[in-house]
Amino acid sequence: MTAAEKYVAAAYLVVFATVLAYVLIISLKLVRLEREVAELTELARARLAPEAAPVG
Amino acid sequence: MVAAVAMIAFFAPEDADQGLSQKIFYFHVPIALTAYACFGWGAWKALLHLWKRRPGADLESYVAVHQGVIFGALTLVTGSIWAKISWGVWWAWSSNQLVLFLVLFLFYAAYFMLRFSVEPGPRRANLSAVYALFGVALIPVSFLAIRLANDFIHPTVFTSHGPQMSGRMFATFCVSWAAMLLLVGTLYHVELAGKRLDSRLRELRELLA
Repeated sequence: MTAAEKYVAAAYLVVFATVLAYVLIISLKLVRLEREVAELTELARARLAPEAAPVG
Repeated sequence: MVAAVAMIAFFAPEDADQGLSQKIFYFHVPIALTAYACFGWGAWKALLHLWKRRPGADLESYVAVHQGVIFGALTLVTGSIWAKISWGVWWAWSSNQLVLFLVLFLFYAAYFMLRFSVEPGPRRANLSAVYALFGVALIPVSFLAIRLANDFIHPTVFTSHGPQMSGRMFATFCVSWAAMLLLVGTLYHVELAGKRLDSRLRELRELLA
């Protein structure tokens, strides 16, 4: 592998690794948001449950 | 992006002067132009926030500047690697183009320091918008620096006579730039959707608390 090939590969790898890291961070954030949505759904259900309970 | 990489590897001819190292051009220049586009988009959204008071424009401006800083950092890194092969140095302070791009990058990097040093609210949104608008003035200066000054280090590919490259090289460049714009557009929408969802969930949590 020549020096030019190494540098070109390094330049492309930097771009690829950065985009990959960015996608990874965003996906971790989406996982957190999904967990929060589940928590809030449970909280809303718990709030609405006594009101929706049948009378009698 | 796959098409762009394939064209760079198999379609674009090797440069007679620089050889294989010139292939960095197909990522380096589109990334730089995309960074300019992000900063410009961020400034436009900042203007919409200040002028029309459009809801959400502040967040859109912030996300655009964030993307611009990421692409700006990539421009500096890929440019530095290219400089090492072509000029034998990682950086040349004598090149106006390089120094002005660094100034532009640092200016927008400081945007985050300003934004997060102010409490969330209208004041933060207004200050951030004004700052993003000021920064946009640096874009034409940075872009035209190489044409205004006699910079012999950094090459000028796009002149008033058109692109100084073969048709296959130019086609590869266009595909790479389109791929980069598509990538940044996708990342922008994904990040924006995440941030909007985050703020709505926070509101919902406060309502349910």
